[in-house]
Amino acid sequence: MALALTHTKYSLLETMRVPIAVIGSVAFPAFALLLFVVPQRAVADNAEYATQAVISLSVFAVLSNSLFSFGLNISEAREKPWDPYLRTLPVTGMARVLGYIFSIGLIGIASLIPVVVIGGLLTEANAPLWRVLAGVLALAVASIPFMLIGISIGFSMSSKAAIAVVQVVMFGFAFAGGLFLPPMLFAPWLNTLSTFFPSRQARELVIWVVQGGELAPWVWLGILGWTVVMLVLTLFLFRRDEGRRFH
Amino acid sequence: MTTLVKLDHVTRRFGDITALDDVSLEIDSGRIVGLLGPNGAGKTTLLSLVQGLRRASSGTVELFGGSPADARTRRHLGCTPQETALPPTLRVGEVIDFVGAHFDNAVPREELAAEFGISELLKRQTGALSGGQKRRLSVALAFVGRPRLVLLDEPTTGLDVDGRRALWAAVHRQQDAGATVVVTSHYLEEIEALAERVIVIGQGRVLVDDDLSAVLDQVGLRLLRLTTPTPDRVRALTGVVDSRPEHDGSFTFFVQDADVAVAELVRSGIQFSGLTVRGATLEEAFLTLIADSPKQNDAAGVSPRGI
Repeated sequence: MALALTHTKYSLLETMRVPIAVIGSVAFPAFALLLFVVPQRAVADNAEYATQAVISLSVFAVLSNSLFSFGLNISEAREKPWDPYLRTLPVTGMARVLGYIFSIGLIGIASLIPVVVIGGLLTEANAPLWRVLAGVLALAVASIPFMLIGISIGFSMSSKAAIAVVQVVMFGFAFAGGLFLPPMLFAPWLNTLSTFFPSRQARELVIWVVQGGELAPWVWLGILGWTVVMLVLTLFLFRRDEGRRFH
Repeated sequence: MTTLVKLDHVTRRFGDITALDDVSLEIDSGRIVGLLGPNGAGKTTLLSLVQGLRRASSGTVELFGGSPADARTRRHLGCTPQETALPPTLRVGEVIDFVGAHFDNAVPREELAAEFGISELLKRQTGALSGGQKRRLSVALAFVGRPRLVLLDEPTTGLDVDGRRALWAAVHRQQDAGATVVVTSHYLEEIEALAERVIVIGQGRVLVDDDLSAVLDQVGLRLLRLTTPTPDRVRALTGVVDSRPEHDGSFTFFVQDADVAVAELVRSGIQFSGLTVRGATLEEAFLTLIADSPKQNDAAGVSPRGI
């Protein structure tokens, strides 16, 4: 566990030395909110819809940060000789995976701040502070499947392939999860399909925590299921990994 | 003397390519081992199995009596990253601390830096270091955890003569302090300067495994260089092991005994001129060993002699 924190620290240190890399993942969801939600006064002036839109884009921020950071960082790291060196050190796979999760999770939380601030100032979105904080916590839990999907992508392909796959998965999940278009506009079949996506489950969980109401069992069952399946896959891929493979 | 590494009938394949072919060997504490062989011979594959980076296709690899894939087993193992591997944005001191954090009793950064002559670089980002400075840092990292076994893969590639000597001196001091060092190298001089035991690998097999002096005796070939219109007749003489054409049109012949060969040459009446005789370097000797297997003949023939 101490080693997981050590890896977190140096991973963050490396990232912070190239701040533009962080700004990209922090700024994009904020821009999306500014351009697509704030000008639509029908949404922005309705407290319930605006709050849901802010939540959707917060989920999107965490989704894109998780997929990009994990998928690309890991696949790139595997192509660099520093990673095989780290694998010769007495550190377990679990500690290194946790190190990735902590460091990228912190950046993910940082990417929420502009979305929440813009949403609070420029739209009617609102919630009591404790519910906002609880929402961030719920988001952290709901983002575990995204992180694990990113890690699996990182460990299973080269960085060039990972860029393409991450984009497809990110936009596919974002759309299917109702992060761009609210699910109330979905056709019934699409709505049913949507409930199987972790992005939709994350959205519903956070909305439930922030706005209250009913929590359908498929939400937490889905998050739990994705987490277990992806964790098993991640650990399998990590153990199997021997750095970059050439054929 | 304890056994640090044990390979038992280890084979490692990559697709159709067999990188290591039924290798069995043990590495004991106390003596610096030189691992010698041309590119693609299987040196790096062998090290990666001991480091736990790869698994054997068949056979077993033991490190300190355990599995190298288990992180706890690697607590007493020291390795070098390639010098291009260092994370460019981290400072030298940070890299040392980061690696040192993995070990119970790490060498403090100042002490390690002093030992490897990088004290004045601790505040620099590794991306700003010269190639030689990166090399020194990379080698230093192998010793940060006070390891019992150190694997140095090409430790002085790219260093100038002074840098190389300084690094060898540091490696010898570490060896005296109780670490056992395994060094791979293309530089023959390096193996001769460091190693007490030499393992020559070619085509995934152990070709020679003996004391440095014994290996030198065993492969104590002599080289005859001469110009002749009929090199085939020279090659057919008794005691001629191998030959290769030189740039100036002359030929070099590898022979077991120079006196016998010259006597034979004269007796046979073959025309020749410009005869010189000298001893083979270890590299030339091991290339001849590898050339015994036909597939490598070409590679050995064109291999550059400069080291």
